[in-house]
Parts: sequence; C-alpha cells; structure tokens
Amino acid sequence: MSQDKIKTPTTTGHVWDDDLQELTNPLPNWWVWGFYITFVFTIVYWLFYPAWPIGHTYTKGIPGWNSITYTATTVDGKEVEKTTHWNMRSKFMHEMNEQQAEQKKWFDKVAGSSYEDVSKDADLMQFVNSAGKTLFSDNCAPCHQSGGQGKVGFSPNLTDDHWQYGGTYDQIHTTIVGGRRGYMPPFKEVLNDQQITQLANYVLSLSGEPHDETAAAAGANIFKGDSAACYYCHGADAKGRIELGSANLTDKIWLWADVPAAKDATAKLDAVKHVISGGLDRGVMPNWDHRLKPEQIKLLTVYVHDSLGGGK
Amino acid sequence: MEASKASQSALYAKHIPIFTRSVKGKYRNFKTAVMIVAYSVYFLLPWMPWERASSASQALLFDLSTRRFFIFDLIVYPQDIFWLAMLLFIAAALLFFATGLIGRAWCGYFCFQTLWTDLFIMVEKAIQGERPARLRLYKQPWNAEKILKIGSSHFLMLLISFWTAFTFAAYFNYAPDFLVNLFTGHAADAAYITVAALTVTTYVAAGLLRENICTLACPYARFQGVMYEPDTLAVSYDAKRGEGLAGRTLPIAGLKTREERQAKGHGDCIDCGFCVQVCPTGIDIRNGLQYQCISCGLCIDACNNIMDSVGYPRGLIRYDSEKNLADATPHAPRLEWKRLKVLGYAIAIVVMTGTLFYNIGTRTNVEVSVQQVRQPMFIMLSDGSFRNRYQIHIVNKTEHDETYHISVSGIPADALDMGNIPQVHVRAGKDLTVNAKVNLEHELAERTKTFNFVIQPQTAGAETITLPTNFNSK
Repeated sequence: MSQDKIKTPTTTGHVWDDDLQELTNPLPNWWVWGFYITFVFTIVYWLFYPAWPIGHTYTKGIPGWNSITYTATTVDGKEVEKTTHWNMRSKFMHEMNEQQAEQKKWFDKVAGSSYEDVSKDADLMQFVNSAGKTLFSDNCAPCHQSGGQGKVGFSPNLTDDHWQYGGTYDQIHTTIVGGRRGYMPPFKEVLNDQQITQLANYVLSLSGEPHDETAAAAGANIFKGDSAACYYCHGADAKGRIELGSANLTDKIWLWADVPAAKDATAKLDAVKHVISGGLDRGVMPNWDHRLKPEQIKLLTVYVHDSLGGGK
Repeated sequence: MEASKASQSALYAKHIPIFTRSVKGKYRNFKTAVMIVAYSVYFLLPWMPWERASSASQALLFDLSTRRFFIFDLIVYPQDIFWLAMLLFIAAALLFFATGLIGRAWCGYFCFQTLWTDLFIMVEKAIQGERPARLRLYKQPWNAEKILKIGSSHFLMLLISFWTAFTFAAYFNYAPDFLVNLFTGHAADAAYITVAALTVTTYVAAGLLRENICTLACPYARFQGVMYEPDTLAVSYDAKRGEGLAGRTLPIAGLKTREERQAKGHGDCIDCGFCVQVCPTGIDIRNGLQYQCISCGLCIDACNNIMDSVGYPRGLIRYDSEKNLADATPHAPRLEWKRLKVLGYAIAIVVMTGTLFYNIGTRTNVEVSVQQVRQPMFIMLSDGSFRNRYQIHIVNKTEHDETYHISVSGIPADALDMGNIPQVHVRAGKDLTVNAKVNLEHELAERTKTFNFVIQPQTAGAETITLPTNFNSK
C-alpha cells in the first residue's frame, strides 16, 4: 500500500482541544445502499401489509395480493371463515384446515363402516391407532393413563380382558356415550368386624389368594345370605353382572382393592376389608356424548376394543 | 472525498479480468473429452426411460413425494441413508488419494466450476473471438458492437445456466411432464425456487466470478494444498532448465538456437508468455506452485506447442514432483504410488466400496421392525395369564403389492392374536403398522424371556424374516 496516494483528509473545519478534528469521510457504500433498500422495502411492505392508520381504520394492502383464508372454530363452537393478510398464524390455520380435510376422509371411512369392517382393514386400523391415540390422550388418559392401563383403586384397566360393563363394540360405545357410575354401599354398619374379615377371606379364596379356610366358609354364607346380600350385585357365582358393572370377584384382576401389590396375606386381607367396610362411590366416568363428535366416539370405540387390546 | 477514496481503494488489489487464450494439446483434449462425457451424462440422464411398475419410467428419479430414490433397478429408501454416508466417504477418500498422487486433478479436469467456466469461456470465444479480440472489445467504449457481443454471450450463458438448473430439477420429477409443467406454471413452488436459484448461481459462479470461486470461496481448493507431498506430481515449471544461469530471455538475434542460448547462460524459456495467457486463473506458473493453480495442464499444452515451434524439447512445463525437480540428477517424471498415505487411501476406498456394494447386494425386499408397547409393560389377564402387545411395522420395498403372514416361533402358535387382520397386505413401496398381542399362560410366561416373530411374504421364493423379541412378565 503506497502511502503517498493518501492526501490530506477533509475535515468539518472545527478544532477542539488544540488538535482534535472531525473528518468528513463518506459512509461506506454498502451501508448507504442498505439504507436506500430499506426505503424500497417499506413501500413494498405498504402494498402487501396493513400499514397506515386512517382515522378508525387503516390501509390493508392491495386486496388479493397477499391474503390468506382459513376457517376457525370460535369458543362457542361456531365455524367462521376469515380472510386476512399473510402471516404465520393464518398460514398455520390454513394448513391445519387442509390437514383436517385430509383427516376427514379417514374419519368418514370409519364412520361409514361397521366396527368389524374397520377392524379387518389394516390401513384403517393404522389410522385408528394414530388418531385414537391422540383422542385417547386428550380425553381418556387423565383417568385411564396414557396407555389405557388404568390405576388400581381409581380407574379400570382397558388393556386386559375383563370388562365390568361389557367388552363388545356396542357395550364400549354405550359406556363412552353415556358414562358410568360405579357404586358399592359401605357394609361397616351392617356387618361387624369379624363378619367383614370372614367375607374378605371368602373373596380372597375366590381368586385363589392365601386365606383362612374356616373364615372363608363363614364368609361364603354371609355372601349368599340376605343380611349383606352381596350376591344381589355380584351374582351367586360372584362373577359380577355386566348390567350393573359389578366386579367379577373370581378372576385375577383387581380394580379397587390393590391385592396384587400387597406385600403379604394380612395386607391383602386388609385391602379387601377396606373396600367391603367403606364401600365406594368413586367409579364415575363422565359421558362423552356432546363433547366428542359421533365419528370420534366410534373411532375411540374401535381403538379401545382393538388397539388397547381388551375386547375379549 | 477524493483523498478518502484513494486511501480506501489502496487496501484492495484491483481485480484484473482474465481473457484466456485457447490452446491445443493433449491436456486440452482430455479436458474436452471429460466435458463431453460429463455433460452427456448430466444433461441426458433425466430423459433416459426405464420400465418401472410402481413409478414413472425414468432411469434416475429422486422421488421426494414418496420418499424413494429410483436408480435404475435399485430403489433407495430413507432408511438406506447410510449408503449416502458411505458414498460421501468414498468420494472424500478418492479426492485425497488422487490429490496425494497427482495433485488437484479434481479441480483441473472434473470440478463442475471448472467445467462450466470452461464452457462459458468457449461461448465467449465463439461470439467475441480469440483473446486479442476480447481484450480489444473490453477496452473499447460501449457501442453497438460491444453491447451486441457481450449481451449475446451473457444471454447464451444464462440460457445454459437455466438448462443446467432445469436438468437438476428434472432428476426430482418425471422430466417430460416437468418440462411442460414448468413452462405452463403448474410445477411446484419448490421447483421454481430451485430452478431460479440454480440458474442464478450457475450464471454468477461460472459466468461472472469464475476463478474467484476457486481462489476465494472454495474450501476444497485450500485443503487440497496440504495434501501435496514432495513426491506428488504437480504442474511444474522446470526453473533450472528454463532460466539457466542468466535467466529467461526473448529469442532475439544471436539467441535463437539452444546452443547459442546455453553458451550465454540463458535457459530454454523464451518468455513468450503463452503459459500465462492460457491460464484460467491468471497466474504465472513460472513463479512456482501457487494456491491459485487448479492443475488443469493448459500451460503444459501451451509451452509444448511453443517448444515444438522453436525446436526445443518438450516438457519445460510438465507434471513432475517437487522432489524430482530439486534432484541433481532428475529421472523422468513418474507416479510415486508406493507411499503409506497413498496406499492407505487406496485401501480405504477398496474397503468402503466393497462394503457399499455388499450392503446394496444383500439388501432385503422387506423391512420389519417390532416395537413393544410399553404402557403397560405387561398385562395380567383374568385367568392369570400374561399379555404383551407389539406394533409390527412392515416396509414393502418390492415393486409389487405383497401379503405377509405373521406367526410366532418359540412359543405356542395360538399365543399370537392378530385381531381381525390375520394377513397383512402392503402395497408396493408402502409401509404399514399392525397390532399384535401375545398371550402366554402364567407358568409359561414366567419361563419365557424371548420368542420370535416370523414374517413370511406370500410370494413364492421370498425370504422369511425372523425377529427375536422380548416377552415381559415382571
């Protein structure tokens, strides 16, 4: 770099503190041009986007140049169509509309087929698996857990083969539409502690759990007798009655008394005694009739029956 | 104002435009041959028909919408992405191998920047004439002739750039339909963006920036430099022969024959400057090996032609190694391949190529994966038996629809419950996920830790897939 090419720079003419001067170098070209381009950008922006306020309204950009239309559902359930200038949110809504239209084809297929036909169609079942998982997670998982496995003492397991209210497609559908209310009266006022212990031993004996034979025999009489009248709800064979939703006491599945998790025979007995003496009024499932669309309920029915794997 | 401009511009060397002289010779012929082969393949391949059952009949089609790459009879799925990784590794090793052996051969003969720059220079030569004519045109003021000649050559470059961009996009679409759709406004947005972007970049890189891409932008150009070894063959000027003791000089009277020159101590270089005029990056090879040199060999051709015309032996500029040039008794230039680095790269190329072909050769027509449903890990049924649930994902990689029969081994056959879907029908090139339940009686469940899913395609001769799977009961 040759120094002799550099001439004396021009200054503003002001001098401070003896020798301090201000140069009048021009701004760099890239900066100046960048600045001009922002002017051009501004004008283009006015043409495309809302910009200038005019009284109570504003300029909306050239109509049709940059608009996007989408359908949205308001809080009170009304569908409204909106047209607005292009922005990320409206673009998102627009794309969601397209995806919903695509999804609707599949929902229509499910709605137009019988339960059995859906379960036989591998392509439809793949849709049931994915759409069902979303619906289930949004609506059912808070009680039945994300995998439908339920929680002992709180909500039934939907992945096993025991169905208190019946496990056919129609029965599951009825349950979802109408909800359920499980109830068992408390027996501590009718039976004394010894009787409750005997009854609990009998209940344990039905499932092959450790129990006291003598107490169980006495318990069997209480079960079948009219003072407690357990058989009235649970059936003479103790296998429960679907129309009442009463539990099958003879299988290995426990909903209210957490027998499998109890660490020894005493704890198992206590778990059963607790349910008999206290009864329960917690088995409440809300109805989904007006919260979900009919095709969603139908899809959930197939999901619970086939994907979660209860059914039979 | 004036002063500041002067001080600013002094920071940068003024860019000197390069007008290359055309040359004839064996390296020029090789470059032209590479160009013809490369362009034939690139521009014609999308138009090559190939009979195909499940997609458009195009020999090479990268179908992004169905996520399948059709390469003749090979169909590549996204899960084969590691083939691409291996291919890139092979390409890298090949570059290192070649560079260690013969320098930047990639840059000089094969790089698309070099090829398109070469083509655009040919366009300029065809319209504007040879180097002196182009120089004259450059210096003359803007008149009708200059506007017409410069304008038409740039218009032609833009057309070539557009066709280059279109051809690239045609690999991702069925080319005949795509050509029509592109001009009738029915192609996808991405296609227009791709074609526009590649047209601009091709035109700017090969038409305007040219050697600046190699010297300023390209990382490969720079890191190939560090792969040179003393034994690497590079385009070199034999300074000892060219300069002699008294330096190079013009063949003026009394210095015309070799004997006369040698008697006065002058070398063989007659300082004609042709090697500089033909250089696409505008360097003087006589200043030694430089990072700008793309090793295209055109200066060798230029110098050999001059040596022939003055009757001196060829090879004043030649492919030779640094070591041999410095040697007191140099031998004829030869490939020094018996070196650890070169052999190492060669082994890496062979091993990776073998692995890639083995992988492609042994690919299966079906890909199955089993995912265990983990919520819950296992289910106890009312009779005390255990149930595990699985999701079986089947990818049909064949060109025809296929039905798969799913069964189990290692446990009783009736333990498997496929619901109402006993056989899975998967369309060509598609995939499907199905539910499977496995129920084992209490005692057996506690003894069973693993079993196999057996997936049998129903087409005769198709290979059965056996997948070991876990069974949980605690």
